[in-house]
Amino acid sequence: MKALDNKTQSPSGYVLECHGISKAFGGTQALKDVQLEILPGEVHALLGENGAGKSTLMKIIIGLYKQDEGTIKVNGKPFQARGPVDAINNGISMIHQELNPEPHLTIAEAIFLNRESTKGRWFLDKKAQNERAEAILRKFNFPFPATTVMSKLTLAQMQMIEIIKAVSCDAKIIIMDEPTSSLDSEETDHLFETIRDLKKQGVAIIYISHRMEEIFEICDRTSVFRDGTYVGTKSLEGVTRNELISMMVGRQVDSIFPKVDCEIGKTVFKVEGLTGKGFENISFEVHAGEILGLSGLVGSGRSETMRAIFGLDPLTSGKMYLEGQEIRIKKPRDAIKRGICMVNEDRKGYGLCLQRSLRENISLPNLPDKQPGLVIDQKREKQECEDVARLLTVKAASIEHTGFSLSGGNQQKVVLAKWVMANPKVLILDEPTRGVDVGAKSDIHSLMCKFAANGLAVIMISSELPEVMGMSDRILIYHEGKLNGEIMRKDILSGAVTQKEILAKEFGQ
Amino acid sequence: MASNNKKIMGMDQDKFSMFLSKYGITLVLLVMIIIVAIIQPRFIAPANLLNILTQISVNCLLAFGMCLAITTGGIELTVGAQLALVSCILGALASKGGMNIVLACVIAVGVATLFGFINGFLISKFNMFPFVVTLSTQLITRSLAQIISNGQAIPMSIGNFPQVYSGYLGPIPLPIIYMLVVFVVMYILMHQTRFGRYVYAVGGNVNAAIASGVNVFWVRTACYTISGFLAGLAGIIITAKTTSGQSNIGIGYETDAVAACVLGGTSFAGGISTAPGVVIGAIMIGCIYTGMNFLRIGSYYQQLAKGLIIIGAIMLDMAVSKKNR
Repeated sequence: MKALDNKTQSPSGYVLECHGISKAFGGTQALKDVQLEILPGEVHALLGENGAGKSTLMKIIIGLYKQDEGTIKVNGKPFQARGPVDAINNGISMIHQELNPEPHLTIAEAIFLNRESTKGRWFLDKKAQNERAEAILRKFNFPFPATTVMSKLTLAQMQMIEIIKAVSCDAKIIIMDEPTSSLDSEETDHLFETIRDLKKQGVAIIYISHRMEEIFEICDRTSVFRDGTYVGTKSLEGVTRNELISMMVGRQVDSIFPKVDCEIGKTVFKVEGLTGKGFENISFEVHAGEILGLSGLVGSGRSETMRAIFGLDPLTSGKMYLEGQEIRIKKPRDAIKRGICMVNEDRKGYGLCLQRSLRENISLPNLPDKQPGLVIDQKREKQECEDVARLLTVKAASIEHTGFSLSGGNQQKVVLAKWVMANPKVLILDEPTRGVDVGAKSDIHSLMCKFAANGLAVIMISSELPEVMGMSDRILIYHEGKLNGEIMRKDILSGAVTQKEILAKEFGQ
Repeated sequence: MASNNKKIMGMDQDKFSMFLSKYGITLVLLVMIIIVAIIQPRFIAPANLLNILTQISVNCLLAFGMCLAITTGGIELTVGAQLALVSCILGALASKGGMNIVLACVIAVGVATLFGFINGFLISKFNMFPFVVTLSTQLITRSLAQIISNGQAIPMSIGNFPQVYSGYLGPIPLPIIYMLVVFVVMYILMHQTRFGRYVYAVGGNVNAAIASGVNVFWVRTACYTISGFLAGLAGIIITAKTTSGQSNIGIGYETDAVAACVLGGTSFAGGISTAPGVVIGAIMIGCIYTGMNFLRIGSYYQQLAKGLIIIGAIMLDMAVSKKNR
């Protein structure tokens, strides 16, 4: 039943082969005719910038998505996982970046979840299960007994349990997604030791990471993806970082950006030494009429900084100044009152109450300002909301419809409408065009220019390099929670700074 | 949706399903009334209809509080026990203690409001589950009522206090007037004030509400406090009706309040409800009880029928609103 068995080696020698894989989500082509070939016992790095298609391919391999086209072979035999459990049963395990352990389970229970040792058909055999778990833990020199509860372990140890679990399922391929993102250097070393041991046992590892040093340290070969396409596979011996970064850049610019240069005024908002969870010592200022782009890899601390500025997360230290005055923001209400508004990257989570009407959504943050009376003046409210919806070209039959009835792009415009009505001084846009169709995307870009022309300071986070480069007057680059460079629009226009250099800075060079 | 131009009853399908989702439960109520009226024409005699409305007044007040709790994504199980507590406080203060009845009422309503506030505070401050918190305060409240009354009914025929329930304003029984006043106030509160908007936002998407500057703590706490206040008023009405302070009244009333909310289109997912819906729901519950008496259905079968009708009505509502998304 096992598709993976050492005795039946593939004639090609590959343990996993993906060929001609394509996948589209709605109108977006996430993967176009990509390939990936993994040798047994190798550590294979997957490289590419945000949205290059790495995770989509991994999710296809473990059966979370189904490809539109293309074939997957495991040990030379066609294989299509029906889901993660099916993938595990066939020797493919994935260690996710966000570990999701059941904190109340013991180590033994976690390892044997869904395949518990039983007495007869119905009854759990805890004793036998604990003994089996102990045996495996001993093999990995794991410093806790099998009866320890998961919540007592550190993140690194939980991750190790995930790896142990994969091995105990006879995994021949282990996919690790950013495995070191929450480990310190000692824990990372320990992880690498384990990876080397696994290699010796013939286990292939697909290693997804943004950290170049690690890739050169632990990986044998790498496959590079760009914009949903396959660029090439290289042995990591004799290749330079620069060559790899060159392979990653060159994402297609799929639209002309409507950026209008407008006069940049005086400093509106300034932060000094902001530190919080996921970012440290961030200082920058943004001017009236300016679009400030924040670029960086996913998880590099861009959104975290902006959430803290807006009062959604706490700051541990740092100062903020609005128009020269020091301000303190404890909760979003403080930020909104002072004219700092934020469009969150998680539109469904933080943007709209989808079951309520567009009118209610648009006026929600503006009620204290626009409707100070005891009873809401519904006629005036309706008029004001209709005006701002028209200004932002929201396409809806009427503003009395619910958020559910709108497309992603129009929902995003409604979120923007909320904040335009608040008449802010600083507008923070976190991934304003993510999951938005091409037409709405270009509308949103035009609106951003209009906001800037009206003297707003706009801060935009985007994981699309062409968007950041096309829309920003100035770009700040994040790397692992710190700022790692600043680029002016004129240097981009003159060609002095290219995508490659920005990407190199994102990777910490 | 606009491309689908099939006509139903002279409306296109889009409009028709909008109409159904808004008034579907009212239609069910009308059909119910018509069926009972055909079998027993006396059912729709004005006197009987007024009687039904008088009887639902207590449940309707409780249902409004319940509706606020459910709309914010919670539930309020204390309301039934609060009736008993109010009743016993009134009995102890006014009947046994000889206190001025108006003052006693103010104190009793104040205590009920305080318990509502405590519920809300525990739920929003410590993020405790509303079900667990209000279940616990239900036990506490009921127990306090028993302690105060020592488990015995305290006669409450002081002066014209019973008139609070049995009095009339012109041809209309007073409880209907209270219900009407509460309905108007709740309608304005829920649909025409900032507070109402915040209630719907908190229930609809709490993170979006926070990110829009809503003070979630106060909104939640206020909802339970209002519920406590309304339960206090309902407690006075029911005490005037029974003319005694008793610790065992109001048992199971929270169930009828939940049922009225749900029939009236209040979504347990939070963020959806209407004030008229609550009234319609309460009337429907009243009609089910009285209607079954008219049809001579034994009381043992009444709960069964009520349960089935609620499930059926909710399934109908879900089918309609799914179509509407």
